[in-house]
Amino acid sequence: MTEEMRAHPWMANAAPGALQAMLDEIGADSARELFEQIPEDHFRTTPLNFPPALSSEIELKRDLLSKLKKNEDCEANLSFLGAGVWQHHVPAIVDEIVGRTEFATNVWGSYQSDHGRNQAWFEFSSQLGALLNLDVVQLPVYSWGCANGHAVRMAQRITGRNKVLVSQLSDPERLSVLRTYCQPTAMESHIEVVMVDVHSTNGRMDLDDLKSKLGDGVAAVYFENPAYLGTIESEAAEIARLARAAGAETIVGIDPVSLGVITAPGDYGADIVTGPVQPLGVHMQCGGGVGGFIASRDEAKYVLEYNGFLVSIAETLKEGEMGFGLACPHQNSYGSREDGKDWTGNSTYLWAIAGAVYMSLLGPEGFRELGTLIVSRARYAAKLLSEVPGIKIVWPDTTFKEFVVNFDDTGRTVADVNDALRARGIFGGKDISDEENGLGQSALYCVTEVHTAADIRALVHTLKEVLK
Amino acid sequence: MTRIPEFHAAKWNEPVVMEMGRPGARGQLFPAPEDEVTKAVGTDLIPHAMVRKDRAELPEITEFEAQRHYLHLSQMTLGMMGISLFGTCTMKYNSKTAEYATLRPEVAELHPYQHPDTLQGVLEIIHDFDCMLRSLSGMDQFIFQAGGGADAAYTMTAVARAYWQDRGMLGQRTEMVTSAQSHPCNPATAAAAGFKVVNLPLEENGYPSLEALKAAVSDKTALIMLNNPDDMGIYNPEIKEWVKVAKEAGALCFYDHANFNGVMGKLSARELGFDACMFMLHKTFGAPKAGGGPAVGAYGCTDELAPYLPCPLIVQDGARYVLDEDRPKSCGKVREFWGNVPQVVKAYAWARSMGAEGIQLASDISVVANNYMDKKLAEIPGLEISNPSIDLWRMEMTRWSLGPLTEATGVTTVDFANRMADYGIDPYWMSHEPWIVAEPFTPEAGELWSKEDIDTWIGVIAQIAEEARTNPELVKTAPHNQAIAQVKGDVFEDPAKWAMTWRAHVRKSGLQDKANGAA
Repeated sequence: MTEEMRAHPWMANAAPGALQAMLDEIGADSARELFEQIPEDHFRTTPLNFPPALSSEIELKRDLLSKLKKNEDCEANLSFLGAGVWQHHVPAIVDEIVGRTEFATNVWGSYQSDHGRNQAWFEFSSQLGALLNLDVVQLPVYSWGCANGHAVRMAQRITGRNKVLVSQLSDPERLSVLRTYCQPTAMESHIEVVMVDVHSTNGRMDLDDLKSKLGDGVAAVYFENPAYLGTIESEAAEIARLARAAGAETIVGIDPVSLGVITAPGDYGADIVTGPVQPLGVHMQCGGGVGGFIASRDEAKYVLEYNGFLVSIAETLKEGEMGFGLACPHQNSYGSREDGKDWTGNSTYLWAIAGAVYMSLLGPEGFRELGTLIVSRARYAAKLLSEVPGIKIVWPDTTFKEFVVNFDDTGRTVADVNDALRARGIFGGKDISDEENGLGQSALYCVTEVHTAADIRALVHTLKEVLK
Repeated sequence: MTRIPEFHAAKWNEPVVMEMGRPGARGQLFPAPEDEVTKAVGTDLIPHAMVRKDRAELPEITEFEAQRHYLHLSQMTLGMMGISLFGTCTMKYNSKTAEYATLRPEVAELHPYQHPDTLQGVLEIIHDFDCMLRSLSGMDQFIFQAGGGADAAYTMTAVARAYWQDRGMLGQRTEMVTSAQSHPCNPATAAAAGFKVVNLPLEENGYPSLEALKAAVSDKTALIMLNNPDDMGIYNPEIKEWVKVAKEAGALCFYDHANFNGVMGKLSARELGFDACMFMLHKTFGAPKAGGGPAVGAYGCTDELAPYLPCPLIVQDGARYVLDEDRPKSCGKVREFWGNVPQVVKAYAWARSMGAEGIQLASDISVVANNYMDKKLAEIPGLEISNPSIDLWRMEMTRWSLGPLTEATGVTTVDFANRMADYGIDPYWMSHEPWIVAEPFTPEAGELWSKEDIDTWIGVIAQIAEEARTNPELVKTAPHNQAIAQVKGDVFEDPAKWAMTWRAHVRKSGLQDKANGAA
């Protein structure tokens, strides 16, 4: 510590004399003396190797921007990337509200002092519940994949069984997270992840294969709607019925922006529903915008297995007034340590507030228009792309906002095509050629409300040029 | 005389958004698909079995009504705009310079699957910050995939599983040993990962005995997970021996650096012998907690453990930065993608602004301020420090007890916390479970708050202690100056009454019947 150092703007007691005043008050000679609990040979011997400090705002800003401007972003380029993070429109009001320092605060927040925050949380769950047609929605966990992990473990605890059935065409990113949550085979409480075939004609789950794999040991069937490769699962109710008949829970992963046009999972027999919160008003942020919700029917057998924060509305001491608090707090890891339901901690709760604002802005008609716009433009893109020589759309008529584009007949690799597109200001779809899907040189394209018909034509025009 | 804030929270009687609006009102319009689109694909696009037939029961309000409603909610949120000495969470100033940088499209509108050539700026920042954390800890590699401190603890358990599996010993190394007062995330994540948890009890001196550790570790121990100092403000001086004992049994040693603020720049996890550690960027490193994330648990380890890390790693390759996904021994992902990138950028900004000297000074200030606070709290009747027999300066936070005051007045630490909110002071952190002192509270001063702030905070504590003696009912029925009165807790454990959504509330409260009856 140097006495001559200028007081740092983020440390009040760095002002000259402030530290000394406290030392004088407690009767200590130096700060070092206060570290008396630490044995001398515990103190580090290697000095910190830090770059020079940038204590002035002006220098710090210059450093940040000079680095960040080396990035190429999806606003300056035309991007068709999705697969877990999707480019959707974020209303300005959402940015304003989540940027409020009371919400984007350094504090974890207390129930007594942060009533408005509590209400915004409840409104997230309430509005999402209205989209899902389900009565219980937990505050979001770290991501959709993590939500799946917790949901499958809930099903394991509920059924006492140790197997989960998932689609053979699962997102490798989410699947990797799920396998982590299901533990290695050497562990006693391991959950076996079993792949169910899909129909090669439409990407949907093969119900015959599903039936053959359902049985006494199956805790849950997990499917997505729309699925990883964009396909809409039209036999959702039948899958749920089969699962129930076999004593298994039905877990459905859904994209909330599809729910203005696609049936609510609460209406076709889903027991537990998961999904991403990023589409609900959160910027992609290089993947830093992800969060995952878990929802279910309002039955104690589900409610008592949630791992995180369940916000309930409740009366206050004042007649007629309502407030909010945590339901079943003792079952989480704060209340019960290793005996709690999995674990919880800081999560992605700011995105619950983003989602609350977003859903309140859209309302029922907004979601309907949004879903219609997305599916229309995505199908249009698929149709125009299918007319490009050498390009095939793998499942042309069964998708929502994502679809698989196959390049086998062009004689080019996706990597090669994407390099050429990138040089022309377009980020092509995610290269899925090295994933175990049997789909050859294929890319997963994502089209949302941010892509106009003109953008789609620009993509097609550029692809034709690139493939010439 | 200390200034006691006269405070009243904004009180808007704000309806739940589900009650607001009118049929047909709109807050956001979307264009219709272009004619060329509709002509090409038609309008019959969703499989008929899956077409949504009901209208989602969402509010219908204008853009301004949404803005005003949520601004009202923000105004009814204290959000640390008073004074928060919330122990274990290390309150910091969150730089708006850094916040605004991350709102730019160069961060906000990035996709993690973009070609790395288009992500060089953000990769450079992550790599540079990784190097700063390596310097602070002595570790060889950091990753940022974990979405919080607990998720970093979980990462440790996943890495440990892969490490033991690689040696064919996962069936044998089945236990995790920790202290009974470690943060709940350590035992909880270890249990969720499939390990058996062994908790070591605390001794008179505030930490578990070396003998207890020796008795607990064996060839069954996969890893130990420890924080130091603990939440009492007590540093375990035998930690090097602990690590030695655990390593002699073959166990991996994980340092949960949740309480890093008092020792940052002073200790190196690697020099103490640890194999891995984690830092919370939303605590020590100045990124927002935002009421519970998005957060980052930065997980660092030695080269020996690095092959088992979740993918991808961000590595320097000549003048470029690349994402290394080709790691056959990896434990798998703990979360999608590579972490909460904006929070990493903010933590980088914090570390660059503070610099090495600033970090050293901050740890000095946080320890001095805590001991100053201890001295002042000791002057208030009815308060008792934890481990009173320990006559040593505490670290950056101290566990206190209201036990004597509660015995005298009936006012509990929960009542006390409720009343603090009436003064515009964020209620304090009490304690993780299990409570090892009666009616606990745990303040932490850190380097942000001024001596005047600390004096005000202590003044409020003294005032409420006095109120507890003169007018306990006032404290027990608090808050009185908040947006709403005290919430009744009877519904939270009652399946017939809890309501986690408005739908459930309408169903259970009879609102539906009333509406039908009126119609």
